[in-house]
Formats: sequence, C-alpha cells, structure tokens
Amino acid sequence: MQAGARLGFILLLTPLLLWLTLLIIIPHIDMLLLSLRERVGVGQYATSPANYLTFFGEPLYLRTFMRTAVMSVLATVITLLIAFPVSFYIAKIARGRVQSSLFLLCLVPFWVSELVRTFGWMILLRETGLISTLLQYLGLASGPVEMLYNDAAMMVGLVYTSMLFMVVPLVTTLESLDDAVIEAGYDLGGSGFSVLREIIIPHATPGIVSGSIVVFMLSLGNYLTPTMLGGKDSLWFTELIYSQFIVRFNWELGAAFGFMLLILSSVIVWGMLRLTGQTLEKTMG
Amino acid sequence: MTPDLECSALTKRFDQSLAVDDVSFSVPPGSFFSILGPSGCGKTTIMRMIAGFLPPTSGDIRIKGKSVLDVPPNKRPVNMVFQHLALFPMMNIADNIGYGLRRKGLPKPEITRKVGEVLDRIGLPDIANRKVDELSGGQKQRVAIARCMVLEPDVLLLDEPLGALDLKLREHMKIELKALQAAFDTTFVYITHDQSEALVMSDQIAVMNAGRFEQIGTAQELYYRPDTAFVAGFVGDSNRWSGKVETVAGGTLALRTDGGLLMRANAHDRSLATGDRAEIFVRPEAIRLARSDADLAHFDNRLNGQVTSLLFNGAASRILVQSAEGGPEIEVTLPQSGEFSDVGRGDAVHIGWSGEHSNCFGLTGAM
Repeated sequence: MQAGARLGFILLLTPLLLWLTLLIIIPHIDMLLLSLRERVGVGQYATSPANYLTFFGEPLYLRTFMRTAVMSVLATVITLLIAFPVSFYIAKIARGRVQSSLFLLCLVPFWVSELVRTFGWMILLRETGLISTLLQYLGLASGPVEMLYNDAAMMVGLVYTSMLFMVVPLVTTLESLDDAVIEAGYDLGGSGFSVLREIIIPHATPGIVSGSIVVFMLSLGNYLTPTMLGGKDSLWFTELIYSQFIVRFNWELGAAFGFMLLILSSVIVWGMLRLTGQTLEKTMG
Repeated sequence: MTPDLECSALTKRFDQSLAVDDVSFSVPPGSFFSILGPSGCGKTTIMRMIAGFLPPTSGDIRIKGKSVLDVPPNKRPVNMVFQHLALFPMMNIADNIGYGLRRKGLPKPEITRKVGEVLDRIGLPDIANRKVDELSGGQKQRVAIARCMVLEPDVLLLDEPLGALDLKLREHMKIELKALQAAFDTTFVYITHDQSEALVMSDQIAVMNAGRFEQIGTAQELYYRPDTAFVAGFVGDSNRWSGKVETVAGGTLALRTDGGLLMRANAHDRSLATGDRAEIFVRPEAIRLARSDADLAHFDNRLNGQVTSLLFNGAASRILVQSAEGGPEIEVTLPQSGEFSDVGRGDAVHIGWSGEHSNCFGLTGAM
C-alpha cells in the first residue's frame, strides 16, 4: 500500500519534473552559458561578460530596454483602468443573461489568432483604412491620415490584446465581494469614492495584482503587436532579441538580451508584489 | 412626541407586482418595533426603502418628523445591520467600527475614544485589533451593532440578523439584543420571519402578508386577539377548523365545523352572522385535558376522544386527540404538572376549552 502510493506519487510528479527540467531549467542554463561566452576566433570561444558589457555600452540597446519596461508598465496601467469599470459592471451591476453575454463578448476576440486581430487594427488605422477614410469623408482631414507605426497605435494593440487577462481575475475577485458589504459602506456614511477606496479596491487587490502581473509579462514579451503596429519607429526589446538570434546570428548577445529581459520582469513583478503587500501564492493561488 | 420613524401610505411596485401595498406605521422613540412575515411578504423591501437603497413608488418616510425621501442612504440618520452582517473583512474590528466616524471626518483621537467606549458597551473591550474572521458568530453580531450604534443613528434597522446563528446562540442573542436596545436607548426596527424572535423582543409587532400589514400590536395582542385569520395562523400554533355559523346570540356564537363538531366561541366583537362561512382557531395550550367529563363542567366546549400520538418535546410536549364525534385530530398541550405524564397512545381522554379562548373569523368569498 505504502509502496503503491509512493509509485503513484512519482508517476504523477514525472511529467511536471520533465517539463520543468527539459523546457525551463536546461534551456535557461544553456542560455546563461551561451550569454557568458565570447567568440575570440573562428570556432573559438572564451568565457567573459563581454555580451553584457555590449548591452550596457550601446545606448540603443539600453534605451530600447528601458522604453520597453516603461511602455509595458503603462500598458498594464491603461489596461487596468479600462478593465476595472468593465469588470465591476460585469460582476456587480449586470445580472443574469446580460452578465454572461458581456463576459462572452470579452472572450470573442480571442477566438481568432493574435495575428488576425492585429491585422484588424491595421485595417482600421492604416492610411487607406476605415478611420482615415471616415475622417476625409467628414471633412475633418484634408488628406490620408497615417495612424499606424507609432507608440499610440502599439499601445492600443497591447491593451486590446491583454484586456481579457485583466478582466477575468478582476471579475472573479469582484464577484466574491458581497453586495451587502458595499451597501454597508454607503449606509455608514461612505461616498462612492470612499467605498471604492476603502472597500472595493482592498477586496479586489489580489485580482488587480494577478491581472497586472499577467498583463505586464504578456506586454513585455510581446513580439507580434509591437512589430506590426509599432513598426520601425517604436522599437520593442523582443525585436532586438529576434534580430540578434535570426538576422545577425549572434546567439551570444541574443542570450544576454534574453537574460536581461528575464531579470527585468522578475524585478518589476517582485516590486509590484512588495508595493501591494501581496504574495505570489495569494494572488495566483 | 414626534415618532422616530413614520411611514405613510408607503407603496413599492416592481414592474407588475406590488411588493409593498399602502403600508402606514409609526414607531415611537426608544421602542423595539418588529415586522414579522413569511419570506417574500415585502418586509425586506420596506427596510431597504427606509435605509434608502430603494425609492418608494409612492408614500412618505419621515424620520424625527422630517421626510427623508430626497436623502441618499449615506446621509440618512438610519443605519442597518445586514442579514449576514456585512462586516468589512479587509479591516480589523476597530477600523470596522471607526469606518462611519472616519467618514464623518472626526479627529483620530476622538475616533479611538468612541470606538473604545462602544467596545466596552458591547462587553468586548479587548478585540479592537482582531480580524473579522477571528470572532465567533455572537461577537460578530455585537460588532455589527456597535458599528452602527457608534454613529448614534435615530433608527437602527436590523434585517434578520440572527438567521445565520445556531439555535442556542440565537436564543441567547434575543435576550442580548433586547438588553443592547435598552442600553443604547435607540429605536430598533427589526424584521424577521421567526415569530419567537419578534414576540420575545418587541414592544410593537407588525404582521405582514403579501405586501400589507395585517395587524400592528403588542405581542400579547397578536397572540391572544389576532385581527385576521392570517395572524391567528401565523403567530403561534393553533387548531384550525372551518365551518358555518349556526347561531349568534349576544357575544357568543355557535359554529358547526365541516367535520360535524359544534363549537361555541366568543365573537370578540367581530361581525359574524348566522349562515356565514367562518374559521375558528383554538390554541393547543387553551385546551384543558381531563380524565373525566365532570372535571370540565365549567367549559362550554367539551369533547371526548382517544390519544392518537404523543409528541414529546420537553416543556412543549403535545398530544393529538381524535374526537369520538369525528373531525380532524386536535392538538392539546400536555400540562407541565406531571399529572398526565403517563398518558399514551390509545388512552381515552376528555378535553374542553372556553369559548373565550377561541378566535373566529369570517371567510371572505364563496367557498
């Protein structure tokens, strides 16, 4: 009996361990070793921090890195600001069929691939696109308006892509808040703002944090949206990694970039958890 | 003296259904007023209108003489203890109680002082820094009341706050609530579907059914002199027969039940005429049990029959008696003196009661 349970435990654990070692631990160790390697001659390598020094020495790399971080945080904040009222409406105000159909509406865009969704935005925003044509038709613009290939277009794409991942945890936590608690807040003299600040937001904090972490990581690691909507003028750090690996064939520098991105996301997520007094177990559990 | 709370012709209509239908009542200062009714009768709707969460379709609500219809819930001088208490789980007890005071913008030291005072009042001086989920059911109850009372409202509304507690604690909290009401000397408006909660605690009770008040009165009035058949059936237990009035003479009438029994009852000034269909209610404890008919000579209603079952329930034990003259079984409370402790199934007994203790109501509509 004891031995049987032990065997079962090992069998259940095996896929997890395989997944962790083969797909996460081994590639990362390999990447780390790769990033600490410098090509000194044809087929000759030496261990050195040269790749990291290149990263810190080149303003384009460092600026793109910081820009990516700031823009990702911004995308997370905008997503939160839009998703919170939407989630509150779905969880607390809408009832019955309206509630489920609204939730479904948030999900519908995810039935098509991210590529198609982004093309949808291109159709709307490009020079010969819908919005440009409409503006000309209304006489608000004299010529074609290009709305693609800038930070704003990219931000729109990022927020749109991440919306569902913010709405789901928020709706879940807000639904668990008893209506009577909100009413009690009003009954005891609270205004709409103070009820939001003292009751609703503290209750929703785990949902806000877990949604923000997911959205932040998705934005930081997004490749498609910045490439298609941001174009050359708004560079994203993942594009640099891609070009090192695929265009320049400089795997050593690409691996170093990859590690910098990993460190960045870890530091920001850790900072976010510390700031809100949450733990990873509490928000993700 | 102006009443603390006064509702006049209060009506609430949801789409097609009438939830509250022309209800008027007033609650004098410092009294304990209960609204008692089965679930779905509209009592919660009344409470939510008083608290300000629902606007009435028509009618007026006055608190201390002033209409509050245009006052939003956060500005009304009433506070509410919710059914599941709705304590704020994200705050500790002191912050929960201090919430309303902070909203009023009181200085910090004063909030601390007032919170301390009210915690002393409810007999829980040491729990200020505890979390909500560390308290027992009864403690949460008291904190929920303290959270409202610290704001010194004109009226405290309580929406079935004892519903979630287990039986023993509920019995205990009934007494405690009454004591807290006396200690704070505030008007309590309490809604419940549990008649014993209402009867034990209230100065005045309104019995509500299908959106209307059936009767407003003291516990004794409701119990002994119900105005309507609904009140007689809802408050306390009764034996209930329907039949036809045979004779009316002075204050007494005789009624022939559908089972064929002839019953004499005091009309208690209710207008009933010969030939009317009527219902008669007799409480199990109003019926006297005896071994021989002679012991019951002074009662105007006497029957003999057989015990069909014994419903033992401590002090509230009853027997079911099947009358020899037919009709449904009659519930009779066993006297507590012990003289009938040996009564058992199949025993022959005599029962009798005074017409004074029965209540008769005319049935409206053809039956």
